[in-house]
Amino acid sequence: MRRVVITGLGPLTPIGVGAEAYHKAQLAGRSGVRPITRFDASTLPVRIAAEVDVNPEAFLDKKELRRLDRFVQYALIAAELALKDAGLEPGALDPERVGTLVGTGIGGMETWEAQSKVFLERGPNRISPFFIPMMIANMASAHIAMRYGFMGPSSTAVTACATGSDAIGNALRMIQLGEADIVLAGGTEAAITPMAIGAFAVMRALSTRNEEPQKASRPFTLSRDGFVMGEGAGVLVLEEYEHAKKRGARIYAELVGFGRSADAHHITEPHPEGKGAALAMRRALWDARVDPEAVGYINAHGTSTPVGDRAEVLAIKEVFGEHAKRLMVSSTKSMTGHLLGAAGGIEAIATAQALYHGVIPPTINLEDPDPELDLDFVPEPREAKVTYALSNSFAFGGQNAVLLFKRV
Amino acid sequence: MTEQEIFEKVKAVIAEKLSVEPEKVTLEARFIEDLGADSLDTVELIMGLEDEFGLEISDEEAEKIRTVKDAVAFIQAKLG
Repeated sequence: MRRVVITGLGPLTPIGVGAEAYHKAQLAGRSGVRPITRFDASTLPVRIAAEVDVNPEAFLDKKELRRLDRFVQYALIAAELALKDAGLEPGALDPERVGTLVGTGIGGMETWEAQSKVFLERGPNRISPFFIPMMIANMASAHIAMRYGFMGPSSTAVTACATGSDAIGNALRMIQLGEADIVLAGGTEAAITPMAIGAFAVMRALSTRNEEPQKASRPFTLSRDGFVMGEGAGVLVLEEYEHAKKRGARIYAELVGFGRSADAHHITEPHPEGKGAALAMRRALWDARVDPEAVGYINAHGTSTPVGDRAEVLAIKEVFGEHAKRLMVSSTKSMTGHLLGAAGGIEAIATAQALYHGVIPPTINLEDPDPELDLDFVPEPREAKVTYALSNSFAFGGQNAVLLFKRV
Repeated sequence: MTEQEIFEKVKAVIAEKLSVEPEKVTLEARFIEDLGADSLDTVELIMGLEDEFGLEISDEEAEKIRTVKDAVAFIQAKLG
């Protein structure tokens, strides 16, 4: 079986842009949550989010920007960061052997809202001819392919909050099966809009800790009250091992396993005992024939919702048994907020960095740990040489995707 | 409205919709070949002209508008 390694990291996150800035921010335990600036949120019950601080004009020209929804802009920026980080010159690659698989949970929400207004106020004949190509979810991968001329397999995962991990797992298969030698994979999301924040808020999914934004994302605590919406993109360069070795590439980690499952339970609630989550973790381990005891770190889904965090802890205990107590488990969403479809992307990056740099990123805001959730949630960054690490992603609809990484 | 006034307004719409420098928008300029418009750009451009001048341009009419000069002449004739 062809082996797959991670050779480039492109994080565009609310706590840092680029591999180095993102890594440093994690170790500093920085929160990216702030009062919303993107629009006037004063009438909403939720007025905080984790926005990215980036100037798209530094990466894309004016005409491109007008034609691209923010979710595609973010994907293009993250792809450029990843390629640069990998030391790859796109023009020097065999374009037919490079694939693109960057998913999104929602797609062009901002464009949708703006054009809905045009439609309702002025009728169907005034809708922008760019509405559809700006809004549809496949356009992140498509634009990356167009920009660099990559003609390998191009596809899109749309599995809500599991999107990023699902895309990376599918990219792993593409390379293992020989469809491509390099795949740009990950997720992108730009859903800090009045309608999306309003909609998640009425579901009671979001934290309303408006007065203390930096403390709002507090996974595994007693006072957790929902997730904080984040935005951005996380794109990785996945590369076939021999291909990477031949060009002397820096290898952050090997991607060795991918596990998927469905809760088959509810539209938004996880299975109360985390049955589907456990199955996905077990399958990721089985995929690489790795024993649970070999795993040292889990980058948790850990969104800071009351039911989600509980189900995940139960699932971890079910899979790892006694070993669960020895595992380090952290939720980097405590810092970045929840980037929905991009979460799996930036968390795969954090997990690869943890293995490569030998430091586990913390769960911040762990001030009042929930006594029922009794794992080691790593409240401060911790130096540790870990051989295997998992990254968990669980979606609305009960779709679960788990990645297994190995230190090289 | 004089031809010059129409031209100035048309130029502003084109510069905005096609993200081109206004000085590139000469009377002779062709939308696709000279100003880099694709098929969707031209649809948006026609919609922009309709809005700017408060008139309707049918698809048949739009197909004949290929240069800035075509647009100015068409609008001048429509406005009478």
